[in-house]
Amino acid sequence: MKVAKPNSITMKKSTINLFGILLIVSLLGCMREEFEDLPRARFSTAADIFTDDFVGLGSDFYFPYQTAKPNVFSVDDNESYKGNASIRIDVPDANDPAGNFAGAIFRIDGAGRDLQDYNVLSFYARASQAATLSEIGFGQDFLGDTYRAYRTQVNFTTNWQKYIIPIPDPSKLLEVRGVFQFAAGGIGPEGEEVGFSFWIDELKFENLPSVAQPLPLVNNGEDQSINSFNGVTLPVTGTGVLMNVDGFDVRVESSPSYFNFKSSNPNVATVNELGQVSVLSSGNARISASIGVGENEMDAVGSLTVVSEGPFLSAPTPPDLDAEDVVSIFSDAYQNVPVDNFNGFFQFATTQGGAIDIAGETIISYTDLNFVSVNMFNSPDVDASQMTHIHVDINVRENVDPGDFLRFQIINNNGPGETSGTVDLTTYQPLVSQEWVSYDIPLSDFAGLGATNDVDLIFFISDGTISDIFVDNIYFYR
Amino acid sequence: MNNTNRIFTYILILSFGFLLMIGCMETNELPDRGYTLVWSDEFDGTTGDPPNPEFWNYEIGTGTNGWGNNELQYYTNRTENIHIDGKGNLVIKAINEPFAGRNFTSARITTQGLKEFRFGRIEARIKTPFGQGLWPAFWMLGANIDGVGWPQAGEMDIMELRGQQPSTILGSIHGPGYSAGDAISGSFQLFDSRFDTEFHVFAIEWGADFIDFFVDERLYQRLTPDDLPAGSDWVFDRHFFLLLNVAVGGNFVGSPSPDTRFPQTMLIDYVRVYQ
Repeated sequence: MKVAKPNSITMKKSTINLFGILLIVSLLGCMREEFEDLPRARFSTAADIFTDDFVGLGSDFYFPYQTAKPNVFSVDDNESYKGNASIRIDVPDANDPAGNFAGAIFRIDGAGRDLQDYNVLSFYARASQAATLSEIGFGQDFLGDTYRAYRTQVNFTTNWQKYIIPIPDPSKLLEVRGVFQFAAGGIGPEGEEVGFSFWIDELKFENLPSVAQPLPLVNNGEDQSINSFNGVTLPVTGTGVLMNVDGFDVRVESSPSYFNFKSSNPNVATVNELGQVSVLSSGNARISASIGVGENEMDAVGSLTVVSEGPFLSAPTPPDLDAEDVVSIFSDAYQNVPVDNFNGFFQFATTQGGAIDIAGETIISYTDLNFVSVNMFNSPDVDASQMTHIHVDINVRENVDPGDFLRFQIINNNGPGETSGTVDLTTYQPLVSQEWVSYDIPLSDFAGLGATNDVDLIFFISDGTISDIFVDNIYFYR
Repeated sequence: MNNTNRIFTYILILSFGFLLMIGCMETNELPDRGYTLVWSDEFDGTTGDPPNPEFWNYEIGTGTNGWGNNELQYYTNRTENIHIDGKGNLVIKAINEPFAGRNFTSARITTQGLKEFRFGRIEARIKTPFGQGLWPAFWMLGANIDGVGWPQAGEMDIMELRGQQPSTILGSIHGPGYSAGDAISGSFQLFDSRFDTEFHVFAIEWGADFIDFFVDERLYQRLTPDDLPAGSDWVFDRHFFLLLNVAVGGNFVGSPSPDTRFPQTMLIDYVRVYQ
């Protein structure tokens, strides 16, 4: 019996050893499995941005917008929704010498966050008086702003309320450094805005089951067709997602990078991952988009159909003229005088557009024309008093119907002492649809126009008979 | 404390825990009423089919005063508003379109005169629409309504929902002395989901003197004659027929807002009756 004891101890030891080996083997098994099916390493999935202090943002995280008042941000130990502190922003008034609006991003000073597990950025906020923030969101990082998401025109009240910025597609957000962004001007009429303060607390990413029913939008949900030319690049705009938050729709503006774009006819136009459309050849191409991949893919409402008429047809090249023989308002051929603008958007004017770039050429494009003027009354006096004629090239972008007209008016020395004269271009030669027509009109034809020593406005007037025109090469000459 | 005591205490604590668990389980246990299926519509038709005319009638138009609730829709029997989706569901679609003087169309069907039931388990598996002003419902009316009128005939609302509160449904009964705003009503709220993002089963178990309301096998309300206002009649001991509809606007939900998305659909996977 005395020998039994050591034996039993030995047995125990061997049993323990056996279990130990089994344990190690089974652990090794697990480790091997993980190596074989290596999971993707993820950045921090931490949710909190600010509770009573900033969480994991590092030291250098506050970046105001270039034109904003820089020092508007502080941590306020006297105001909080929960705990004892909040983020405070002091929006300046209109006359603040340091800048008349507040706007900044908070960017993690270091590696970003993995936000795939969340569907909203949420926070509590109140303001010193009822106020509207022009933008609030996240994803802006001044490093490309690839995955921006923000709401516009968000109303704050004087009471703490919870706000939600839905995440357009969390699966894209593998490393986000821009975790908060805001822009706000003062309250009141333009130029007289008064400042206010607002506070943000409990700023964090969350997964809320009450947020559902995403509806992606491109081109603001509209199906739009635009005429264009080969060589033109243009962006798909109005990209956002409608998200239903506990019964009510919230729209979050969303960077194009959240979307998958496609062209119905890549021979006519291609579209890249930033929603930039490149027009290649004549024909039609519908640019549409979706969000998500695989079974989560969801078509966006809205599209942009590009109708390319082929190569852009330039206006005739103006003749070589000595500098003293020309006063050029708008032309690539001559040195132009300074101009205020090419569309003053005057009261009662429906006209849209102005100077645009088409496939590397600058022309003026007017749409919805009733009347519009090239304005020079704030610029140095335009002295064309030594000139004898005015030239203009017009390309009508629609059918020309009987009764259509296009009046051309010059106003000199705008104001009480002004003189002006008007001609109807169609009495010189007919306008032609989709073709450039050149007009060379003696200034003496502008009955009532005196000396042209201070040309202030040059009007195009159709009263809506012609809506869409291109204009090029406006110059006085002799 | 010696070892024996320790072990005893341990066993005692375990036993208490076990007893507590059993207790909880018992209070949540559903009554087994031994029901068997007596009728169902599984909506297993071909895409675009109308609902089976052997089971369902249409109610068409605007009713009187918007079906008594100032509802805004015009109910039609067009397949635009109601059809089988080919995936085993009935679709009721509320559309914003000018139609016969109204700005919305939708559909409302009943089993009146075709399938009427007295007692049993009445259930449907439904995914609701959402948004301000949408009012989907799965409900029952007393089969004698054309004779005695409403609310004398009785109404049992197995599920109704305000689109602006997509996580909350209501179950209600209406009768003489307890109708409209005075209906006897209970609500059930999901905290981890919404009724418009996935299917849920809505049911009542109904006997001579009780109506139990369920969401996904969870009993949330039990109504008996004791719950009625003093002196009013329990009118739920006769035959009732089923209704399915999606209303737009009306007293219960208010009008849709400019932000309300249309069209909106209610999907019904099945309606089943057990007795």
